Amino acid sequence: MKIIADILSATIVFAVPLLLVALGGMFSERSGVINIALEGIMVVGALFSCLVLRAMDVSGFGPAHPQTAMLLAILVAALTGAVFSLLLAFASVHLKADQTIGGTALNMLAPALAITVTWAIQGQGQTTILIPTWVRITQANFGMEVQDTFLQNLVFKSFYLTTPLAILLLVVAAILLYKTRFGLRLRSCGEHPQAADSVGINVYRMRYAGVFISGFLGGIGGLAYTVAAGSGFQSAVAGYGFLALAVMIFGNWKPLNILGASLFFALFKIIGSYSASIPFLPNFQNVKSSEYIYLMLPYIVTMTVLVLTSRKSRAPKAEGIPYDKGQR
Amino acid sequence: MKTKLQHFLRSAGFASCLASIASILVGLLVGLILLFAFNAPFAMHGFRQILTAGLASLDKLAKVLYQSAPLIMTGLSVGFAFKTGLFNIGASGQYTVGAFCALVTVIQFQLPWYLGLLAAMVGGAIWGAIPGLFKARFNVNEVITSIMFNWIGLFAVNLSLNNMPMMLANYWGAINKDRTAALAQANPGGMIPKAGLDELMHSNYMNISIFIAVAIAILCWVILSKTTFGYELKACGYNRNASIYAGINARRNIVLSMVIAGALSGIGGGIYYLSGTAQYTLVKTLLPMGFNGIPTALLASSHPLGTIFSALFISYIQVGGDAMQPEFVKEIIDIIIAAIIYLAAFALLMRSLIGKLFRPKGGGMADKQEQATQAKSIEQEAQNA
Repeated sequence: MKIIADILSATIVFAVPLLLVALGGMFSERSGVINIALEGIMVVGALFSCLVLRAMDVSGFGPAHPQTAMLLAILVAALTGAVFSLLLAFASVHLKADQTIGGTALNMLAPALAITVTWAIQGQGQTTILIPTWVRITQANFGMEVQDTFLQNLVFKSFYLTTPLAILLLVVAAILLYKTRFGLRLRSCGEHPQAADSVGINVYRMRYAGVFISGFLGGIGGLAYTVAAGSGFQSAVAGYGFLALAVMIFGNWKPLNILGASLFFALFKIIGSYSASIPFLPNFQNVKSSEYIYLMLPYIVTMTVLVLTSRKSRAPKAEGIPYDKGQR
Repeated sequence: MKTKLQHFLRSAGFASCLASIASILVGLLVGLILLFAFNAPFAMHGFRQILTAGLASLDKLAKVLYQSAPLIMTGLSVGFAFKTGLFNIGASGQYTVGAFCALVTVIQFQLPWYLGLLAAMVGGAIWGAIPGLFKARFNVNEVITSIMFNWIGLFAVNLSLNNMPMMLANYWGAINKDRTAALAQANPGGMIPKAGLDELMHSNYMNISIFIAVAIAILCWVILSKTTFGYELKACGYNRNASIYAGINARRNIVLSMVIAGALSGIGGGIYYLSGTAQYTLVKTLLPMGFNGIPTALLASSHPLGTIFSALFISYIQVGGDAMQPEFVKEIIDIIIAAIIYLAAFALLMRSLIGKLFRPKGGGMADKQEQATQAKSIEQEAQNA
């Protein structure tokens, strides 16, 4: 039973960054901008929020008020991610540049910037920003005693403020996209910007908003990934931004499907890394380093599902095409 | 003569070349500002290293050429797919699989280097074909498939190498088993020939791979701009529906374009790991050489011949970046390249600005008339032919 609790709790903590970043990608693409820069946005959000966490750890504010400090760090992650994403919005909305190229540039820029800044602040060769241990929510926060029960293992094994926040943001995102005037307008800009413009919607402003929200969520996702990975921030997020892009397509650009897709992918990823300790899985005794078989698993399963569901897959119609007012 | 010069100054190629140079200059300026921001006393020294280290000595130049050969290949790979309207972000996986096939051929089967390169080409082509097939058959976005197959390729290669004892360095008398065997011990005939260049340039890094890469770049240019096949590929890239309407088999072209792109990346992997100076290390992170192909292709606006120069440039400032350590982090070079690519994203805007610069003043109408007559003469030529 303990192993199941472990696997489920690890699945959730790794699904959170995928969920947040994929939701961000959804807002951007629903407004008509392909956001391949999610990886870079995550790195920037993680960089600045980890620096803030470090600073608060040193100043003593963090250990005294851990969750207030974490909330501040999340805000910093969101805002820096959003500001960074404006670079993409400026290139692809105002200058009508190729969106993939702009995104690629930002993906290159972010890790290089992170390494340079980390060195400048922490000194030469210090490439890791350690995450203080007080960010984790423990039983003590609720005044509970530590017990070795299924429920406690499931909830408190790796519980961070980002997890409840992600659920809240998912609900907000779904309402924003489907139940508000803003969401309707945003979606129309991704489907048929000319039609949207003809009824008085400012397509440029909507696309800026879409990219800005994606940066906001992507930045938080970067921090969520870094706390989940556990070993501190090393100027990279291990391709999670790209995986989130896959999760978004897998989730068919819809919030609830994206939730399902991120849990699905995270589950297979965790099964891969726990493969040695799960009793009923084959362990390929005559193959050396069989862990690689399980490492491949999430990608192969996702590919298979993508092929099977490809008929239903429907991308926003106008994504990737710069909007030009003069064009017919 | 004058009209010819004017014609050249107004051509699209010249404009995009100028746009690239302009973005390079601005990118370098960004780099200079960063150097001043991080370590002002050494800034000018560092900047001089970036600009001159690659030519400072023959062995530095050899290093530039050595690194640019695989970069040309991955750049060509990404560029070739771009021409068909596909984004090949899977160059890294194709490069890894190509390297694996090349190494297995020369180490496990003890075959000569050219068969190794051939195997690399086939391996890369297969790895490129998969996203192409998925796109053509099931309409799965090639970006997603490529990303997934980068990881699948990396893990599959590491899994296979771990189960092929002969491939690893410890089989040949070395201590480490986290990397493939050094070719000097395993199979000297598997190394790409040096043809005396290593003695000429006093560098162990030098071999004929840069010439192979340049020859392939020229071949790509011929295919894309001088053959019907290349024309069909580009037509699919410009407007897929129009090309289908014109009777071009778009599905077939998507697959073929990805096969060729994969083959190019695969050869890149072969070239790098058959040099004799590189050993494949088993790690769990994707190889960056494949991703560096993206800026290389973008800087060259996907033009095969331009890719040669952009790869040389990127590899040149990377060698410069190594030389400015330890006063600076070498990642500043990546920031410079990123800035250049970001500016290149506005290529369209820049090109039209540059185009306006060289156009005669006050001749909006006259200009259009001239274009019309040009178009007519081209039509006539086509009819005559």
